[in-house]
Amino acid sequence: MGRITESFKKNRQNKSKALVGFVTAGDPDFETSKKIILSMCYAGIDVLELGIPFSDPSADGPVIQRSSMRALKNGMTMEKAMDMVREIRKHHSIPIVLFSYYNPVLAYGAAKFQKDAMEAGADGVLIVDLPPEESEELTSQWDDREFPLIRLIAPTTGIERAKSIAAGAKGFLYLISKTGVTGSGGLDTSKTGEYADMVRKVTDMPVCTGFGISKPEDARALAAFGDGIVIGSAFERAIEDNIGKSDIDEKLAAMVRSFKEAIK
Amino acid sequence: MKKIDSYNYPDSKGHFGPYGGRYVGETLMPAIIELEEAYKKYLDDDNFKKDLSKLLNNYAGRPTPVTFASRLTEFAGGAKIYLKREDLTHTGAHKINNTIGQALLAKYMGKNRLIAETGAGQHGVATATVAALFGMECKVFMGSEDIRRQAPNVQRMRLLGSEVIPVDSGTGTLKDAMNEALRYWSAEVETTFYVIGSVAGPHPYPVMVREFQKIIGEEAKAQMIKEEGRLPDTIIACVGGGSNAMGLFYDFIQEDVEIIGVEAAGEGTDTPKHAATLNLGTTGVLHGSKSYVLQDSSGQIMEAHSVSAGLDYPGVGPEHSFLKDIGRVQYVTATDSDAIHAFKTLCRTEGIIPALESSHALAAAIREAGKRKKDDIILVCLSGRGDKDLAHVATLIEKGGF
Repeated sequence: MGRITESFKKNRQNKSKALVGFVTAGDPDFETSKKIILSMCYAGIDVLELGIPFSDPSADGPVIQRSSMRALKNGMTMEKAMDMVREIRKHHSIPIVLFSYYNPVLAYGAAKFQKDAMEAGADGVLIVDLPPEESEELTSQWDDREFPLIRLIAPTTGIERAKSIAAGAKGFLYLISKTGVTGSGGLDTSKTGEYADMVRKVTDMPVCTGFGISKPEDARALAAFGDGIVIGSAFERAIEDNIGKSDIDEKLAAMVRSFKEAIK
Repeated sequence: MKKIDSYNYPDSKGHFGPYGGRYVGETLMPAIIELEEAYKKYLDDDNFKKDLSKLLNNYAGRPTPVTFASRLTEFAGGAKIYLKREDLTHTGAHKINNTIGQALLAKYMGKNRLIAETGAGQHGVATATVAALFGMECKVFMGSEDIRRQAPNVQRMRLLGSEVIPVDSGTGTLKDAMNEALRYWSAEVETTFYVIGSVAGPHPYPVMVREFQKIIGEEAKAQMIKEEGRLPDTIIACVGGGSNAMGLFYDFIQEDVEIIGVEAAGEGTDTPKHAATLNLGTTGVLHGSKSYVLQDSSGQIMEAHSVSAGLDYPGVGPEHSFLKDIGRVQYVTATDSDAIHAFKTLCRTEGIIPALESSHALAAAIREAGKRKKDDIILVCLSGRGDKDLAHVATLIEKGGF
């Protein structure tokens, strides 16, 4: 059983909810980023979603776009993202899901991507612009080791489509909590909750909700409907606000603790 | 390669060989599937076809003529040059063919809000125009750099009742406007119809836009037979995203006609400042489809450059990538300077002010005509008129060098 599955299983057994934390690898620079990520791991995120920046992140909002630009400007590449995974692996056994857009993965090479990611210690990948319809060209080049391609379900996804997405999914399902891009406002937690409930009726896969969760109370409300929540832009906003400050890692760790507390 | 016997692309999943497809976030997938179903249903629907044809004839001003450019032919000193006059359509560019089609589809689907992205502003103006015609709400995303370069079109869109939303992210050009339009669409997907302006984007956009633009080639074919009793030897169009080119090319793919697409070489293909995606790009995924893109070795998209805002795009429609790979279309380049010379030449020889985009095709046509026999025929798509470019070109000429 992979680290991702194990983590969700353990959370289910303990009746606790998972906090999936997204951070852009290399934001603002490699060393600071590593310090922030490790500090978040120790503060208690359950799954690390490590963003590999792309120049044209059209599914993300301005906060993550700016974080991607900072990382790219400071030299972040797929190779260095793999180094980052290796560095984290030296210190922590947290499940690591790589997050990116398809183009950087395609440029790196499908088979090489799986091989290098697994060898570095990553546990799966989420590619936001690669729907199930197109994903075979990637996964057909992978060997048969367990390396889940995390699937997304959106509020616009009809329940039949959700069922078929869930049927082909591994690891966990990422339920997008609102239409729109990451980090935007207008989250309706009760509407999302109803949809999450519906999705959970058609699958046994662990379901995490994310997009637009910035406050501990939203996190609490949504965690109740599934197996966990994903926080991204809120962390990236805090990184942006604390660039150059020596306690940036401690600030992020404190945020992790407050979200963990909220979803207990 | 001059002729291929059978051409039946895209396949049912929207693939042109290895290109095309749909690479978007899950939020947009259901909308794209809904659009595909609607597009298939209505394109065969008699009422839709009747409405579309009526609008194209009585509102857009189709058919557009082909004009024999006798003084340009004399100037070039070789083959006869004909112009397919998309500049004579309502709003002054081929873009109107597609926006009428898509807005009508939106109406049939019961959607009352249009969004669009625009580079040169021609697609934005065409979308704003049909939005006004149908009484629809319309927002147009436009890079702030392009807003500066294309002021008259911005004024036009606002007059027509559309909201022009400046996009500052990235390079402030077409690619960034497209990212922003995709973001807005993700948020408002249930009520909004996204009018994509080129044969780019996720399936079904490339095939749908081609369907709405193929009338250019169909008309041109009949008109050339009427004028000259035969098809042209060579047809030429500029390629940014590639919609006027696909519109002209499509009906000629299975004919014994040479086809040339012209990309913007900007300051030269030996400099980093160009937009020659098919000539210098590599396979990648941008804005929903797989195609040639300008990117670095890590898959990060590079900035494109062209004097013409409409060609300043690091991607290209997937069908062009396929036509390049199978060798059916030859893709050449013209520099900023070539285009400005061609722009001035057409003004002075024919009394026609061409769009800077179309001037790239003209530059290649003048070059090719000079190498050919006098009874050869070259047909160029004059995709739009150049009023929008006057201030820009005047500044460039003033700065010298042209």
